[in-house]
Amino acid sequence: MRNRSFIKHYYIMLLPGFVWLLFISIIPMFGIAIAFQDFNPGQGIWKSTWIGLENFEYMFSLNDTKTIFFNTVNIAVMKIAGNLIVPLIFAIMLNELRLMVVKRWVQTIVYLPHFLSWVILSGILLDVFSYTGPVNGLLNILGIEPVLFFARADLFPFIVVGSDVWKEFGFNTIIYLAALTGISPSLYEAASIDGATRMRRIWHVTLPGLRTTIVLLAVLSLGNVLNAGFDQIFNLYNPLLYSTGDIIDTWVYREGLLNMQYGLATAVGLLKSVVSFVLIIVSYLLASKFANYRIF
Amino acid sequence: MIRETTLRSRVFDITLLVVLLLIAFLCILPLWYTLAVSLSEKSAAAAGKVWLWPVGFNFNSYQQIIGDRSFFNSFWISIQRVVLGATITFVVTTMMAYPLSRSPREFRMRNVFMWILVFTLLFNGGLIPWYMTVKAIGLYDTIWALVLGGGVPVFNVILIVNYFRNLPKELDEAALVDGAGPWRMLVTIYVPLAVPVLATVTLFTIVYHWNEFFHGLVLTSGQDHYPLQTLIQQFVVVIDASNMTEDQYKRMNELSNQTLNAAKIFIAMLPVLIVYPFLQRFFIHGITLGSVKE
Repeated sequence: MRNRSFIKHYYIMLLPGFVWLLFISIIPMFGIAIAFQDFNPGQGIWKSTWIGLENFEYMFSLNDTKTIFFNTVNIAVMKIAGNLIVPLIFAIMLNELRLMVVKRWVQTIVYLPHFLSWVILSGILLDVFSYTGPVNGLLNILGIEPVLFFARADLFPFIVVGSDVWKEFGFNTIIYLAALTGISPSLYEAASIDGATRMRRIWHVTLPGLRTTIVLLAVLSLGNVLNAGFDQIFNLYNPLLYSTGDIIDTWVYREGLLNMQYGLATAVGLLKSVVSFVLIIVSYLLASKFANYRIF
Repeated sequence: MIRETTLRSRVFDITLLVVLLLIAFLCILPLWYTLAVSLSEKSAAAAGKVWLWPVGFNFNSYQQIIGDRSFFNSFWISIQRVVLGATITFVVTTMMAYPLSRSPREFRMRNVFMWILVFTLLFNGGLIPWYMTVKAIGLYDTIWALVLGGGVPVFNVILIVNYFRNLPKELDEAALVDGAGPWRMLVTIYVPLAVPVLATVTLFTIVYHWNEFFHGLVLTSGQDHYPLQTLIQQFVVVIDASNMTEDQYKRMNELSNQTLNAAKIFIAMLPVLIVYPFLQRFFIHGITLGSVKE
């Protein structure tokens, strides 16, 4: 039969990819055993002493733990909210614009920050918000005292969230814009005939038309509640900002890779992975149930 | 569309236009500012005199960069990484996607492999196990650590799988009748038809490899092997403020060479800015190509 000889070829085609997957994604999963060991790099994973849940007990007793989990959820939730609402408003505004030329140029420009790395953007942000930078210059003109932005732990989460929303809102409008084209124009006409003004048409036609998309995006973002953005924060933070800016991933990096507390850091990472796993499954279940969302 | 000519509606339109243009301007502003700083006098930049236009226009910082061997070394490493990464990713993900796009009748284990793939999206072992595994394989301090360290881009595979699945079954049948095996079908039929989605995915991969800095930081032995973003990260962005007081932090800010940093940042941005117009044509359309259509 044709198919039987094909199957051999299918396996060959899958081979490189799954070998790559095996080494980089699957084998590390077994490394979570380190979380239950007093890991010694010299002895390796097979010979290090097994200490069960001790790392976890220690983790819960640390003050750092509460701080990083709080910061992570705090920043992540603010980002989720910002990245849902701002693109929505922007997409609706863009949709109301009738000058196609302007519309296309504006889109081109706002999509751009998404493609820049956080290394680049942090370099720029650190300069723009520096003590002698333009933002403080502006404050100066307005008669306000200059602010040492990157030494202020109280301001840091807002800088993080704000710059992330700035970076991603353009790209995130793509989904909303696509959804907006799905709203039938006759609905707008009907509303207009009934005497609805622009704002009312937006409220009664546009927003309900986007309701499924908004709910879907909100539900899917549940899985990201523990991902506060390692790349960004790693590039923007410094020890003065740890109290509000240190997140799970940055803490794991410092304690695990730099301070070589392998067991402890793996334990914290494992906790994050497990919680995220549960959240993602829940979010996919909700999404497929309420919005028929499937990835494959 | 509804055309309204009431004054109220016109005011709305004009306000909208202004606001949107302002927002777009806000997106460009930081990039423009960086360019201006990079072309300015060092002292003017440090004193905060540069707003939107260079003060004391000169190319000094760019000249300094040309003489900087480590900058070009890292630039070259990044180029290698992008070329190798994009090629390998393209070949491997496309090859993977074809069998996974076959129906379970044609390929019994298809669902099993698909679930394994999706599982890696849901759960991962964390930073430490990943790091140790990559080192144990022997990839440490090689270009392959940078190219392969990120793992299989599962989302991309899924996009391609969905696209392949949406291609008409008649193609398969016609090809089979002509005696084509899976390789022939993949290379001569599926890949050419999937160019939009493959182009989109490859462009995203290119941008990813260009922008990635963390692997270069932890998987290399030092500056000589840094890709560009890592080099910039270490020398422009990192501020070791571990034992500083606020005043020392202020002083350090004033002493840093802003124009040189701005120039390095701008050059690192340039490839993305150049590729961007081509990207843009593809990705808006391309993103929806890999969706499930039932």
